[in-house]
Order: sequence, then C-alpha cells, then structure tokens
Amino acid sequence: MLAPTLVASPHAHAPVSIERTMRLVMLALLPATLLGLWQFGWPAIVLFAVTLGAALLFEALALLLAGKPLKPSLLDGSALLTGWLLALTLPPWAPWWIGVVGAFVAIIVGKQVFGGLGQNLFNPAMVARVVLLVSFPLEMTQWVGPQPLFFAQTPGLGDALTISLDGLSAPWDAMSGASILGQVDLALQQGSDLGAAMPTLFPPLGALFGGIPGSLGETSALLLLLGGLFLLRKGVIDWVIPVAVLLGVAVPASLLHLLDPTRFAGPLLHLLAGATLLTAFFIATDPVTSPVSRLGQAVFGAGIGLLIYLIRTFGAYPEGAAFAILLMNAATPMVDHYLKPRIFGRDRRGQALPVAGDAAGERKR
Amino acid sequence: MSGLRSLLGNGQRKLWQFHGGVHLPDEKTLSNRGPVVDAPQPPQLVLPLQQHIGAPARCRVAVGDQVLKGQLIAEPQGYISAPIHASRSGTVVAIEPRPIPHPSGLSAPCVVIETDGEDRWGELPAPLAASTAEIDACEVAEVRERIRASGIVGMGGASFPSSVKLNPGQDQPIDTLVINGAECEPYITCDDLLMRECAADILDGVRIMLHLIKAKQALIGVEDNKPEAATALRRAIDATELGARVEVVVVPTLYPSGGEKQLIRILTGREVPSHGIPAQIGVVCQNVGTAAAVADAVLRGQPLIERLVTVTGRGVVEPRNYRVPIGTPAESLIAASGGYSGDLAKLVAGGPMMGFRLETDAVPITKATNCLLALTPAESPDPGAPLPCIRCGRCAEVCPANLLPQQLYWHARAKELDKVQDYNLFDCIECGCCAHVCPSHIPLVQYYRFAKTESWAREQEKRAADHARERHAAREARLERQERERKAKLRKKKEAVAAGGGAPKGDKSGKDDTAGKTDKADKADKQAAIEAARRRAAEKKSTVEQTQQTARPVTQRVPEHAPGNASGSASDHAADNPTGNTPVQNRAAAAPVDEPDGALLERRETAAAGQE
Repeated sequence: MLAPTLVASPHAHAPVSIERTMRLVMLALLPATLLGLWQFGWPAIVLFAVTLGAALLFEALALLLAGKPLKPSLLDGSALLTGWLLALTLPPWAPWWIGVVGAFVAIIVGKQVFGGLGQNLFNPAMVARVVLLVSFPLEMTQWVGPQPLFFAQTPGLGDALTISLDGLSAPWDAMSGASILGQVDLALQQGSDLGAAMPTLFPPLGALFGGIPGSLGETSALLLLLGGLFLLRKGVIDWVIPVAVLLGVAVPASLLHLLDPTRFAGPLLHLLAGATLLTAFFIATDPVTSPVSRLGQAVFGAGIGLLIYLIRTFGAYPEGAAFAILLMNAATPMVDHYLKPRIFGRDRRGQALPVAGDAAGERKR
Repeated sequence: MSGLRSLLGNGQRKLWQFHGGVHLPDEKTLSNRGPVVDAPQPPQLVLPLQQHIGAPARCRVAVGDQVLKGQLIAEPQGYISAPIHASRSGTVVAIEPRPIPHPSGLSAPCVVIETDGEDRWGELPAPLAASTAEIDACEVAEVRERIRASGIVGMGGASFPSSVKLNPGQDQPIDTLVINGAECEPYITCDDLLMRECAADILDGVRIMLHLIKAKQALIGVEDNKPEAATALRRAIDATELGARVEVVVVPTLYPSGGEKQLIRILTGREVPSHGIPAQIGVVCQNVGTAAAVADAVLRGQPLIERLVTVTGRGVVEPRNYRVPIGTPAESLIAASGGYSGDLAKLVAGGPMMGFRLETDAVPITKATNCLLALTPAESPDPGAPLPCIRCGRCAEVCPANLLPQQLYWHARAKELDKVQDYNLFDCIECGCCAHVCPSHIPLVQYYRFAKTESWAREQEKRAADHARERHAAREARLERQERERKAKLRKKKEAVAAGGGAPKGDKSGKDDTAGKTDKADKADKQAAIEAARRRAAEKKSTVEQTQQTARPVTQRVPEHAPGNASGSASDHAADNPTGNTPVQNRAAAAPVDEPDGALLERRETAAAGQE
C-alpha cells in the first residue's frame, strides 16, 4: 500500500512548509528583537532566553504526555515563535519566572490543551500575556527606559542575573516607570492638557527608532514595520489584517483627536507606541486564530484595532492589544460562520445561479 | 496588419477574472521547442472499449479479424457513448482486459490489434463538404451524426462525447463558442503545438461547430505563455472569412484558467451555475484538439484515430510531442524519447496538477491522454508526512471555486458527509491548487475525492434502502389487502349461512360489487342482492326480536362478525326504507372494501412522499 501522498494529484508542490513560514516570521522579528535586546541589555537577554527555552521545554513535555512524536512539532518552530512573541511583549527587565510562567500558560494552557498546533482558539502568547498581566500586575508594568549594552551605567551580566532572580531592586528600580501609553493615561488623570503635554511625553522619532520605555520588542516602530513589510513581500501574511488593524486604530483616534485634541491623543501615538504594529503584523496575522475569508479578516482586524483604541482610551489599562486580540479570537468562529465567500456558480446564499442566459452574467457585476 | 488587428481586438475585449488560482512554473519549453513528430508504429495497438465518459462501446470484431485503418471496431451503446476505430491496419489478436490508463490502475476490456505495417485505410465515409465554405448547406443533424460516428470526444482530458455537447437543444440558445487553447497545466504542450502547426484545421472545426450550435461568435482562449500559438491562429483567421466571428483572446497565464468554467468566466464574464452546464448560459466550450478532429471527420471523413501527446518531464531523455495512433503503448513513446533518464520519481498521465500516476508504462494512449509526464524526484519531491492544518487559509485564497478547502478538509476527515455538502464539496473541480500551496502538505484533493466517493456510496445505499422500504411497504399493503379480502369473504360466507339457503347467489354478486370494479354490469343481479340484503336484514330483525330474551349470545355475535358499522347501518337503513335508494345503497355496500383500500393507497402515497 502506497502512502496517500504518492497517489493523489497534484504531483508538484509549492516550496512552502510550516517550518518555512515560522522561520520567515522569526526572521522578520529579528531586527526589532536584536534592537530590543541591545537597548535593554543583559536582563532582557536573560529573560528572552529563559522564555524561549521554557516554551520549547513545555512543548516537549506536552508532546511526551500526549505520546506524540517530538521531532516534527519541535522542529516546526511554532513553539519557539510563541515563546518569542511572548517575550517581546514582556517588560524587558521582568524576573525570569515571569517568562517561565508565561511560557507554561502559552504552550500548555493556550495551545496544547486544545490539541496542539492549529487547534487553539486563542493566540497562545496573548493568553499568556493576559494571564501574567492580571496575576502579576506589579512585575508586568515595570518598564525601563533603554539602557543600551556596553555603556557604563547599564547592568552587566551579573547585575542582570540579580535583576532576573530577585526582581527590580535598588539601584535599578529607579530606572523603571510607566510606558508611554501609561504616562499619557497618567497625564490625563492628572488633568493636564494633552496637546501641551504630548511633545515631551511622546517623541515620534523616538518611537520610530526605539528610544522609549516599553516592552522588549515593541519599542522600534520602524523595525517592526520593516519586518511586517518583509512578511507581506514574502507572501507569509496577507495585507488585509494588518491594514484593517491599523485603520481600526487610526480612524477612531483621528476622529476623536479632531473633536478634542486636549483629551484624545492623535493617531500617530496610537500607531507607533505600544503594541499596535507588533499586533498588526505579527500577532493578529496568526493564521490559526484569525478568520479564513478576506471579508472576515477585515472584520477581525478592524475589530482588534477598534478595541485596542477603546481599551487604551476608555479602559482601565493603558494598553489593550492582548485583550483586543483575545476578544476577536473568540469572535473568529462566528465571523467564519457568517462571512463565507460566494462560491463560483452560486449566489451569496449558496443557491445555484439561475440559468437565464445573459441576465445571469449581467447581474453578477 | 494582422498584428495591428489583434492588438485592437485585445484592446477591445474585456477579460474577467476568477477567484484564486496559482502561478506555476510552466516548464513548457522542455517539450515545445521542436515540431510534432510521428510516433513510431508499435507492433501492437491496445484499444480500450471505454475511452470516453458514458457507456463503453460494444465490440464489433472478433479475434482473427483483419481490420483496416479507420475501420469501426466497436460501436457506441446508448446516447452518451462513442465508437472506437482501428487506428492502424492489422489483425485482431485478442479481446481481453488489459491495463488502461486510469487512476485505479485496473484493467479493462481492450481490443488488441497486431499491426501489419501496411497502414491501409479502410473505406471512409465521404466528406460532408469539400470545404467549410459549403458547410452551411449541410444538414445539422447529419454533421452531428458524422461527429458521433467518428468517435470524437473532448480531447482536453474529460473525453465527453462531443456530439452530445454540440447538441444543446432548442430551448438553450447558444451565442458563444469557447475554444479552449489555454492549456494551463504545466509541462503539457500538445495543444500549443497543435495550434502552431494545424491552426487552419482548428479553424475549420470552429467553423463547423459554429454552424452546428448556431452561435454568432467563437472565442479562442490562449494563455499568454503561448504567443506563437496565438499568432498562428490569428494568421489562420486572416486567411479565412471568419475574422468577424472568430477571435483569438490571449488570457493571462494562471492555473486553472483552462478549466472549462474558469475559461468561460474569463472570456465572457458569465458563471456556469453550480451543477449546471455551459449551455445553460449560452456557451459551448470545446478543446482545440476536438475542433481539429471535427474538421478531419466532416471535411475528410476520417474518424478519431490519432492525437497529439506530449512526452515530457526531466525523467525522459528527449521530451517532445508526438502524433500518436490511439492505442499505442506508453512505453513505446517513452522509448522513442530516448527512455528514462535514470532518476524517475513517477510516471504521470496528464499534467502535474490533475494527472494521475501510472503504475506501469504498459498502458495504451487513449483519446483522453494528452501527456506522459516522467517526473524526477527533484520535480516531484516527496512532501513527507502531512502536518496539522494551521488554518493559514492559503487554500481558500487559491481555490478557483471560492470554496473553503480547510473546512471541507476537517469535515471530510471526520467523515461528516452532511457538513461537507453544506460546504458544497461537489463544486470542487479537484484542480489541486489547495494541496499545491498547503504549507502542511496535506493531500487535500485526496480527502475531497474520498468524501465525494463516500457521499456517492451513501446516496446509493440510501436509494437502495428506500427501494427496499417501498417494496416492504407494498408487500405489507398487499398482505393486508389479502387478509381483508379473506375476511370479507369469510364474512359474506357467514352472512350467507346466517341468511339461509336463498342468499348465496345474491351474496356472491354482492361481493362482486363490493370488489368495486364494475357497477353497471348486472343490474338484475344487483337488485337481487339488494333484495337479499333487505330480506336478510328483515329476517335478522325478526330473529333478534324473537330471540331477544332467549338467545342473547346470537345478537351479540352479529355485530362482532360484522366487518364494520357501515355495512350494518346500510342494511339497517335499507330495511328501514323499503322504497330504497339504489345508488346510495350501492355505494354504501361498496364502501367496506373500497374505502380501506383507498385509505391504504393514500397511506402508501404519503409514505412514499415521506421518503422523498
């Protein structure tokens, strides 16, 4: 008996594979990641390594428990990418166990309990981030400004291990503070005029090149954007979701900003700061948890963008990307159900087209 | 000049798009650099009796018969069928199952001819017209019959009898003939070469088909990776008077633009309805090879005994196109191409996207075989074990039918046959785009074929079960009726006994009435029956009155044995009204047997309706 793949047509296959997809995504993340690691120094490197290692470990553990072969699943890079994405959303100087707990939640709870790759309803990295944020609010909101490697005042490897093991303590905790979005929130609560406060709070060029406090991988908008464009170019992701997410953020931000610039930050802040770009190009485009049809993807992306904006502007949290993703993940099956494409030779409702000659052809256009 | 006009033509004609599709490395230059070569005459020809969709042909020769080139050796059975002709002269040496080019790899009945090398033509029917200029004078039915008798089937691969397709019927007016020269599968170039070398023949065929279906225009769709073919066709059009009715339309290369529905969409913007045929939207689509074969049949009387076959792939030494007598073994073509080049992953009949693997090269070329593709491991790498679906949706992006291949896959895998139908599995054309782009290397088409086969099997089972249920219901009904008739007879007998000696005759005729078949036949008998019934009733009454006190059990027994209240009341009524109203009584008397029968019939009908 021959293997089924040998019998069935097609006999040629496009040079694509899961492994290649994951590899390209990681390649696209690499510049922003490297910049982040350089900016936040050894503590960030330790956290990044621990998170990725833990993700692989938990994946292997789950596969062993399930009695599945280790090699194909570990080698396809999906666990590594999940760990990577999670690490990028963590505060760069968070203690090591944040990475481990996060990896556990992402891989075991977020992915493997659903049945492994392709079966999970929610984006594993975002599940982990939300669990961490809700469970460990202190550790998850201590952001540091960039402390680039190889400068005198930055922590060395030894200091990094201390930070990683014991958490932030003197003298390093002096460097921590809120992220840009947090600062904007704070400024609003204090009743300051955003229009006046913005220039000092938010230097757009800094956000572009990564000179602001924030998560490990989200500080440089430019590199994230380049990575996203690379994925688009390679055909790994489609343009619909990123564009929809960005529009979903930018449109309401612009409208409200026009209405009242003193209370609402402009679209540039919302697009460049926080996890907007990372979400748009790398997280919302996760194929497993996004809808299949173009129209569905547009709805999904716009929903994420809008939710990000709403949570940031009106919610209790300064950043809402993870919540927005999870909420729209939950809506994905419904979106898939209602927004099916029109099948060739059938109308929108799935009925065969009428056979009335030219009329049928005209009506469709 | 021709270039200018074609440019204009291109500029004017709007092209439409279909959803999805994939760009494939076309690999056409492997085999389209040289001219078509005549295949070497093989010592034996193997002609399968079924080379077409429909009923297999019935063999008309016997072992030992001498046959001539073009001679009929098997005749069609039924409307959707096609005859088979000897493609070379020789002797029939066997009529037996031989391996045929079929995905199943099974054998099927074939006529085996040992060729004599003389290549003698048999007696051919006279041409219906000397040239296409005279074709309008020909009877449409006659031309169609010639196409049928020449064994012409769709040569693009589907091999549906062409005469059937060219007979759309009066109620389906056709305005456009689409000629398929897209040849979108990679590697295959036989249509390309045919268009380059035999453009005039193709146009003759187009002209004849235009006459047959009374279409006002013909559009020849050619993918833009075959510029030589398009130029040759345009030149051929310029040499005829057909410029106003026939147009060569160059379409972008995108697999599967050569699919019938896809090409019609591209050229006309019309969509063939799901489960419909092109004729329903005023289009008939034929392959260029079919057009050339039609010209041969109508203008030269030659049946379909040859076709062009591409032998290609890096697994053969010299890829090229051959003019091949139908029935030539594939191995002789491979040998003519210098044999295998060593590293062979698989031999495929057809293209890499929709062709099927051949287990052996000892199979004949049939009317539908357009390509022998010898793939090396590098060209057709083993995809390895399929990985889990990651829902990337690439399959949905490339699906030309705009289906959701992913959902189809899940439900097919779970054998949820109702669900697969909800997702319109049967709109799948098995083009293979989804499987081609799947990053998890899931053999999607295989799953769809499986689900389709299972659905068909289930449908068949259901039909068989319905049939059995109907038969069972009919049997039950019959038994019930017999039982009732038996009981009725018994009752009559009992009544007759109860009524005494005079009754039986009347009783019998009464029963004839109650059988409900005839009424007017014997009035006297009926009257007698009525009289008897009245008498009986009167007697009964008096008996009852007489035995009111002494013989109670008897009176109790009467209603017990009476078949129903109706007859009882009828006779009572008759007794009460001496004047009588015959028709009413007749009906009443007829009721007991007739009515349940009617009810039964009704029940059976509702049951049948329920099954539908």
